[in-house]
Parts: sequence; C-alpha cells; structure tokens
Amino acid sequence: MAAHDSDWEGVRLHVVTGKGGTGKTTVAAALALALAGGGRRTLLVEVEGRQGIARLFDVPPLPYEERKVAVGPGGGDLLALAVEPRAALMEYLDIFYRLGRAGRVLDKMGAVDFATTIAPGLRDVLLTGKVYEAVRRNERGRPVYDAVVLDAPPTGRIAKFLNVNTEVAGIAKVGPVRNQAESIMKVLRSPASVVHLVTLLEEMPVQETVDGVAELRAAGLPVGGIVVNQVRDGVLPATALTAAGRGRLDGAEVRAGLVAGGLVRTADADGPRAGRLVDGLLAEAGEHAARVALQRRERTELDALDRPVYELPFIPEGVDLGGLYGLAERMCAQGLA
Amino acid sequence: MSAPASARPVAGKGPRLDVDALLDDPSTAIIVCTGSGGVGKTTTAAALAVRAAERGRRAVVLTIDPARRLAQAMGLSELDNVPRPVAGVDTAAGGSLDAMMLDMKRTFDELVDTAAPPDKAAQIRANPFYEAMSSSFSGTQEYMAMEKLSQLRAQAADGERPWDLIVVDTPPSRSALDFLDAPQRLSSFLDGRFIRVLMAPAKAGGKAYLKVFSAAVGGVAGVMDRLLGAQVLHDVQTFVAALDTIFGGFRARAERTYRMLQAPGTAFVVVAAPDPDALREASYFVERLEREGMPLAGLVLNRVHASVIDDLNVERSLAAAEQLEEDAASPLTVGLLRLHADRMKRRDGEQQLAVRMRAAHPDVPVAEIPVRAEDVHDLEGLRAVGADLGG
Repeated sequence: MAAHDSDWEGVRLHVVTGKGGTGKTTVAAALALALAGGGRRTLLVEVEGRQGIARLFDVPPLPYEERKVAVGPGGGDLLALAVEPRAALMEYLDIFYRLGRAGRVLDKMGAVDFATTIAPGLRDVLLTGKVYEAVRRNERGRPVYDAVVLDAPPTGRIAKFLNVNTEVAGIAKVGPVRNQAESIMKVLRSPASVVHLVTLLEEMPVQETVDGVAELRAAGLPVGGIVVNQVRDGVLPATALTAAGRGRLDGAEVRAGLVAGGLVRTADADGPRAGRLVDGLLAEAGEHAARVALQRRERTELDALDRPVYELPFIPEGVDLGGLYGLAERMCAQGLA
Repeated sequence: MSAPASARPVAGKGPRLDVDALLDDPSTAIIVCTGSGGVGKTTTAAALAVRAAERGRRAVVLTIDPARRLAQAMGLSELDNVPRPVAGVDTAAGGSLDAMMLDMKRTFDELVDTAAPPDKAAQIRANPFYEAMSSSFSGTQEYMAMEKLSQLRAQAADGERPWDLIVVDTPPSRSALDFLDAPQRLSSFLDGRFIRVLMAPAKAGGKAYLKVFSAAVGGVAGVMDRLLGAQVLHDVQTFVAALDTIFGGFRARAERTYRMLQAPGTAFVVVAAPDPDALREASYFVERLEREGMPLAGLVLNRVHASVIDDLNVERSLAAAEQLEEDAASPLTVGLLRLHADRMKRRDGEQQLAVRMRAAHPDVPVAEIPVRAEDVHDLEGLRAVGADLGG
C-alpha cells in the first residue's frame, strides 16, 4: 500500500467519470478507500444527489457535511460528502457575503432553484467550488486532505461540468462568481488534478470514453487513467478459445469428457441428452469467443488513447464494503492509487 | 446469436409480456421505452419499431442517443430533426418504418419559433440564458423528447404522415423518473414565485405592489449584481419577460403531452438490466407509473444470461470439471464446464433479482432479451432482438 508506487504521485484531486452502468461510483469509492490507506486522510465527494456513497458503504444518507465512512487499508480516514447545490450556494453566500438570514429568505422565495435552473453553469460552479475548497483547505499549514476523489457526472457531461469557466463566461462576465470559476479552472488544469474514465469493454461505453477523452483534451483538462471495470477471467484455454471462435471445437472430445466427468452415463453417450449438452456447451463457447474477440477490439481502441489502463475484476455477488477493499487493493497493485 | 427458445425464462414464473400482441393491437398508438441509463432502451425501442413495421404497422421511432453504428444502420446520420424512412425494412406485410434522432437544441429553437412572434423569438434566442437553458438545463432533453413526441402525434393525427404507431426512446438520465418529472419541473420553474417577484416591478408598474416586494427584490437584485455583475439581472429579466409571453403555451403543451401519455393507446415499456441498481430503478418507475395512472405494458429484462442447458447447474458443472482435472482428462471439457458454470452463476443471480422484482409487482408482465455475444448495430441484429421479444 506504499504511496510511492502510484502512477499519480502528487495528484490531490481525482475526478472519476464513466458512462451510466459502468460502475463509476464504485470505482470512485474504491479509489478513495485506496487513497485513504497508510494513515492518509481522503475525502470522497458525490454531486448528483443519488446517495450512492451511503449505499455502498452501508451508512445512513449523507448530509451536507463531511462524515467518516470507513477506515483506509492499514489505517487512515475516509470521509464522504454529498454536495447539494442549494446548500453549497447558501454556504457560499454566507462565507463571502455574511448573508445568513437574507440568504434563507432568498432560498424561500425560490431564488436558489431559479438561479441554478436558469444557469446550469452556476450550479456546476457551486458543486466544483465545494470540491475546490476541500482540496485547498489547510489546517496548521498543511492540507486537511491528502486526496479528494470526486464521483463526477457521467462521461457525456464531464467536460462541460468541469469546464465551468466557459460555462459561466456567457452569463457572468465580471464579479466573484466569474473569479471563483477562474480559480477552480486553475486547479482543475494543474498537475494536481486528473480525470479518470471508467468503462466496460463494450461498444457504447468505450465509444463514450473515446469521445470523453477528446472533449477533456480539447478543454485542456488533464486526462488520467482508463479504468476497465468488471473484467472476467478467461476460463477457456487460448487454443480452445480460437477454435470456439471458428466453430471448430471437438464435439466428440466434449462428449467423452462429459462421460468421464460423470455427467453422462457411458450407455447414454450417444443419447439425445448428451447431444443436447454438447451442443449447448459448444454454443456457449462460441458466444464467449465472440464476446472475447469484441472485448479485444474495444481494448485496442482504449489502448490507442495512450493513457494508462487499469483493470478491475467483476464481482459476481455485487460490491459491498469487503468488495471495495478488494478493489482498492487491485488499484494499489496496478499503480492507480 | 440468441439462445434458442428452449431456455427457461430467467424471470421465473409470472405473467409474460406479449410483445407481438401489443404491437399488433391497432389501438396501440404510442410505445414509450424507459428505464435508467445504460440498460438498452434505445436498442429495445428500435427493435420494437422494426418488428412492428415488419408485422404491418406504419411505425416511426424517435431515438435519443443511439450508438453510432446503429444510427448509421438506420440512416440516422442526417441531423435534420425530422423522421426519414429506414431502408431495408421488410414492407411485405404493408408496414413501414421511419426513424429520427432527437436534436434537443433544434427542437427547443423550433418551439420558440412557433410559440412567439418573430421579433420576440429572435430576442429569446439571442439571450445568453436561453443558450444555457436550451442546451444544458437538466430536463430540457426530456421535455424536448415529449415535445417531439406530441409533434409526431399531431402529424400522424392530421394524416400529414402515415404513422399509426410511434415508438419513443427516453433520454439516458440517471433516473427513469426524470423523464416524467421534467415537463412539470420546467413549467413549475416558469410559474415560480421567484420569477414573479423578479418580474413584479416590470409587470405591475404600480407602486403598491412594488412596495411589498421592494425590499426583497432590492436584496435579490443587489446580491445578483454583486455575484454576477450588473448586466446579468438585466439579461435574466429580459429573458424571463420574453419567455413569459410564450410560456402559457409551454405549460399548456406540457399538460397536453401528459394527458396524451395517460390516454389509452399509450403503452409504457420499462427496460431494465438484471442488476440490483437497474431493477431498483425499474421498480420505482413501475410504482410511479401506477400512481400517475400511466398505462404500463410491462417490463423488459435486457441482457439476461439464459442457457439452453440450464438443467446442468453450477454445482454439477464444477464437480464434473474438478473430476476431469483430477484425472487429467479433456482440458477442453473442463474449460467449457467452467464457462457454463459462470454463466449459470450469473443466471441464478439474475433469477433471484427477477423473482424479487416479480414478488413486489406480481401483475407486471415481463419479457426478456438474452445477452448477445456482440452489440446490436444493424437491422438484422434489431430483428433478432425483436424475435426474442416476440418469441
């Protein structure tokens, strides 16, 4: 769990994005857990109001407040925070304008809903602003958090979400919101930040990953690693896989194998049930081979992005806290954390 | 490559969604495919539309965000926001298929153009807030999908286009509920108290009204000026004033669309992948549709791991594989048995989830689509998915 093994030494803000259904929140949580190892202190932030973190760590819904949710491997604190635009705006007004009560009146009148609805960029500034604040927060001359992990909006919206400067530029030409957006951008574009993209080896998620990387690069935002999630171990020997792909597996051998394995009696070796089992197994192998071939093609596309690629195993029973530690360990072993 | 029909359904016992009956029923006029992101809504919508057309319906499908190769296969590369005929569909049964991909910004522009006189429309479209709202307001995509649906419906009703069935895909939001809530959200936003306060001085002109709110408005204006710069409040006020003139129209349309969705002739198909998150989301959505009196046709479980040899279970497969390994016999059979055991493990897990879902919603019919070795990206693939659904 040694920190010096990480490919992302010096990075303080890890933004994790991914297409819906790829397990982006799980990856963000496992990464945060890994980064909370070895006595470090890490904050995991979600901004989409889904309470996905609370579900993963099996804790009550998170308030707008940093709460400890787990202990990092080998000791360390993992805290989590669910940022909500309304609360973030109230806090912002309070800090910068001491608007305590007036702020609440504004909120009651629907001003906050109004502001964040009519100018989605403003909402994004508030959300990223809170993350920015957590990254920069200092106590006694040193950062409060060794790392901050953001479970960000999906790949399709990520460049827009992070590129808050451009988003608010059309609306706020001067003023503190504009200044705030500029400070956030400075941190996001610095070597202390990276954006990791989570994908599966399937057509749509890979396509979105490729598009997302292009958009991030165009916006001058630092692209981190590509995390291939839910990878399954190959159970077929390589030669069998090739043969299966060509439909040339030896049915007679399988038939004999079923008898030898005790699934079919010797007397029934040529019977209809044996035939059905053999055909079924061969068909399943053929499908498997086609899927593996497809995954290889998708993997080639990811490799062409010229970014480090990390693989995380599929966990059949679903990811619970134990599963998160397992994933965190795999991340450390591969240098993602 | 689909599993032959002899695989037992993963979803277990319970009512089956008879897709062909739904498609063949001439009173089915609108099918809305919905579900959380990444479950295969677009593919399901396209497959239903192809099957309907080849069974004799004159169908049009509105897709939101198709995979690129599927879009190309359906001739959806033209981004002109109107349906085009899909080449290669078998029209022998008297049906036809048109398809389009939603252009959210363009639909919003067109809506503004129809709802406002030219000078007002131009004023709205030039406002910086319009740009922000029409391209990224969360819910705009949902609202525009519904707007497009009602346009297609109107064109069909007028006889302008020959469609007797409209299949719609819904935006890839994180929650399936977004799509039902968006129109409401937009109109309640436009009706909001804050907007009225903000617009009050301009509208009322009367001093009495102004007095009541002056403190609040003054405070609001002051804060906004300080936060965003003085130009912003002015931009907001002109934008809202301009929207206000057409906004009665907005709200009336949203309500009409809502009623259209509740009417007989509409069928909701909830698409879910057999994983805990997607099924939980599907469950919420089923409950919500019931509460709102929206006609639910059923649930489609997409990408299930069925097996034609599901009588060979996980334990026996693994036991046989171990036996063979001990005897150093047929590594090929060992591999195939382990592969099969993996598949059965997934199937069993999915079955457990599906059974739980069934128990919570015993009356909801379910259809399922087996997982495919390859992604669907042509008509042939869509036909195969349709056959699984209909089969």
